[in-house]
Amino acid sequence: MTSRFKYFLGLTTAAMIGLSAISQAGAATLRMAWAQDATGLDPHKQTAFSSLRLLELIYEPLVRLDADLKIIPGVATSWEFSDDGKQLTFKLDPKAKFQNGAAVTSADVKASFERILDEKTGAANRANYLSIESIEAPDAGTVVFKLKQPDAPILTAMTDTNSSIVPATEIAAGTIGTKAIGSGPFKLEKWDPNSKEVLVANKEWAGGPTGVDGIEISVLPDETAILAAMRTGQVDFALLNDPLIATLVPNEPKLQLNRAPLLAYHVLQLNPARKPMNELAVRQAISCAVDRQAVLDTASLGEGRVTGPLTMPFFASDPNSLFCYKQDVEKAKKLMADAGFADGFTATVIAATGEPPTAAAEAQVLQSQLAEIGVKLDIKMMELNVYVDTWLKGDFDMAVALNGGRPDPYTMYNRYWTKNGNLQKVSNFADDSLDALLLQGRAETDPEKRKAIFADFDKQLAEKAPWIWLYTGFGYTAQQKNVQGFVPMPTGSLVSLGKVTIQ
Amino acid sequence: MNYVIRRLKAFPLVLIGVSVVVFVAIRLVPGDSITAMLGTEAGLLTPQQRDSLAIYFGIDQPWPIQYWRWFTGLFSGDLGISVTYGKPVLTVILERFPLTLELALLSMLIALSIGVPAGVFAATRNERPADLGVRIAAMIGQSTPSFVVGLILIYILSAGFGVLPTMGIFTPFWQDPLENLSQMILPAVTLGCAFAASVTRVSRSAMLDVLSDDYVRTARSKGASERSVIWRHALPNALVPVVTLSGIEFGYLLGGAVIVEQIYALPGLGRMVLEAILQRDYALVQGAVLFIALNFMIVNLLVDLAYAALDPRIRLEGR
Repeated sequence: MTSRFKYFLGLTTAAMIGLSAISQAGAATLRMAWAQDATGLDPHKQTAFSSLRLLELIYEPLVRLDADLKIIPGVATSWEFSDDGKQLTFKLDPKAKFQNGAAVTSADVKASFERILDEKTGAANRANYLSIESIEAPDAGTVVFKLKQPDAPILTAMTDTNSSIVPATEIAAGTIGTKAIGSGPFKLEKWDPNSKEVLVANKEWAGGPTGVDGIEISVLPDETAILAAMRTGQVDFALLNDPLIATLVPNEPKLQLNRAPLLAYHVLQLNPARKPMNELAVRQAISCAVDRQAVLDTASLGEGRVTGPLTMPFFASDPNSLFCYKQDVEKAKKLMADAGFADGFTATVIAATGEPPTAAAEAQVLQSQLAEIGVKLDIKMMELNVYVDTWLKGDFDMAVALNGGRPDPYTMYNRYWTKNGNLQKVSNFADDSLDALLLQGRAETDPEKRKAIFADFDKQLAEKAPWIWLYTGFGYTAQQKNVQGFVPMPTGSLVSLGKVTIQ
Repeated sequence: MNYVIRRLKAFPLVLIGVSVVVFVAIRLVPGDSITAMLGTEAGLLTPQQRDSLAIYFGIDQPWPIQYWRWFTGLFSGDLGISVTYGKPVLTVILERFPLTLELALLSMLIALSIGVPAGVFAATRNERPADLGVRIAAMIGQSTPSFVVGLILIYILSAGFGVLPTMGIFTPFWQDPLENLSQMILPAVTLGCAFAASVTRVSRSAMLDVLSDDYVRTARSKGASERSVIWRHALPNALVPVVTLSGIEFGYLLGGAVIVEQIYALPGLGRMVLEAILQRDYALVQGAVLFIALNFMIVNLLVDLAYAALDPRIRLEGR
């Protein structure tokens, strides 16, 4: 019996070691992996990061952003605001074609935006287009947006994949979301949710040709497994989320880690509708008590940089110029005492499990830092969807959050800090001067004047401290060194995969 | 036979109970399909937009009406449509089930072929060094979480040998047996090792019990060889608790092995249910749980029947 047992052990080991070796690179198909799969195919409805990463390879908006967040052509080759800022005209690329062979015309653009504006669609991006009065299509290659009021950020909003142009015929047929027909670099050939996506190059892509014949995306939910698969050469390119895994990539001689500073920001949201966070002095005390660099170093291995409210390089202020960005516990204690809270108080902070992966660690560091001024935090970890529900209701004392950033300050913050912002319920903070600055910034078209307006906004927001902005992290991608031409983007976008080649 | 029919009659009642509990439980959790799809962007929706999305996801009606619609659909084999997969729920489940079934069978095979011989081996050398060795190994096996074993295996193979099975997709056995086994062997070993440890411990103690029974002494005194005493007389009776244990474990495995599927990126039932819960894909969660419950009941029934086959003293009818 013992010998049989040994025989079996031997067999198992042999089978394990003899695992079929990896088929080496099918010449020009990029084998990609990510942990989180897309959740749907409707470019106007899907807002999840993972869905956008897939959809931006299939669909194209009118305009796009480059790595410096400058606006570059998409389906449109040129665009122009009228002098009064109330009319925005686009000229479409005559070469642009949908993957069903039809040319992209002004009728498709009009139909796409009307679909976004139609409340029946349920497009969250609609909130960015409320200034649109009408859309005109004077000829097949020209689209004119008539606006109710000057709206400078509308152009940046149009760079979003959620504003992609889809075929009018597919809208009429009601197949958006079931069939994916865009004008982008790749066609979706197969999608097996939470398992695999197969994309093939779109030979008729106006921005073409693509550098690879196709992309095969595997969903590997555990990022350790992604790293292992890259180590064995089974995966050429991967999207990583966890700094703990990403920082291991440079140890592998064949692999390269790409970092892009992101617009999304890690923040401790206070709820100024609840006592004692309704007191300015208490909020400022919390801001002074927090050592932002220590949060970044401990929770995120120092992977990122301390930030103020505005995260886009063109508009961001130097964090050191903002209120109490250098930890000052004495000042914090004095502020607490002035507000009548010398003995501190207890509050609950909510955070989502694993979203971002650093959430729990951030909450713990903040807990220990705030304990120094007598603020006792109870940490409540929640499943993401439960957290979102609680967050949207504004039902928290404090919340650790990773909120999405936008290339334009108005689009990024009007939802929270204008008086009729959609997320007033979450921010619970209405302030006349913040409201006025945002509206001013929206109407102003001169870049330098906008910059000055938003610098003031940035400074005031940090000083009024409804939230405690902490840091921005990196977006990580890992690749084999023979993959060339990928450009990391501050939006986390993978759109440059359209031009990537394998040497 | 009557016994089987009686048991089968109870199935629908249990399933209805399960379906109600799942239906209510998943809706009691905060968040819905809309917040699952949009995250915090859901806050930008107008009330009308929210209503249209609720209709799209089929969550616009009051719960009892939603349940009734779903329940009546069951009789025509319609478990609803999964919003994430855009396919009928039953199709999605049946696509994932072969992997789960194969993984369950393979890991059981590994566990039993290691565990039973090891348990018997230890029992026949009771309190001697070999017994102690097996017990220590079993203890370690049982207390090491599968994600640790899994990650260590992946690390050793990828860093040490530079090989790794294809991950993320599943190749059915009938399409390419070699590729299939190369994908399944690591997960099966990971699951099988932990379970082998339990099987070893249970079969060891059951064997010790049986070996001290009168009929074993009788067999020995009649001059039966030690080999025949152990394998022919003692083992079948000692297997009864092993069958119970295996039955329960197999039932669990048919519900998917979430952690192992997650680590090895296997598109099995466990991960499907997990994702469906996170996405609030109500129809898929309901359908899958119902399916898993049905499997569990069938396995349980088979286990009870197996008792009777193993030990003639057990009479199912009389119970």
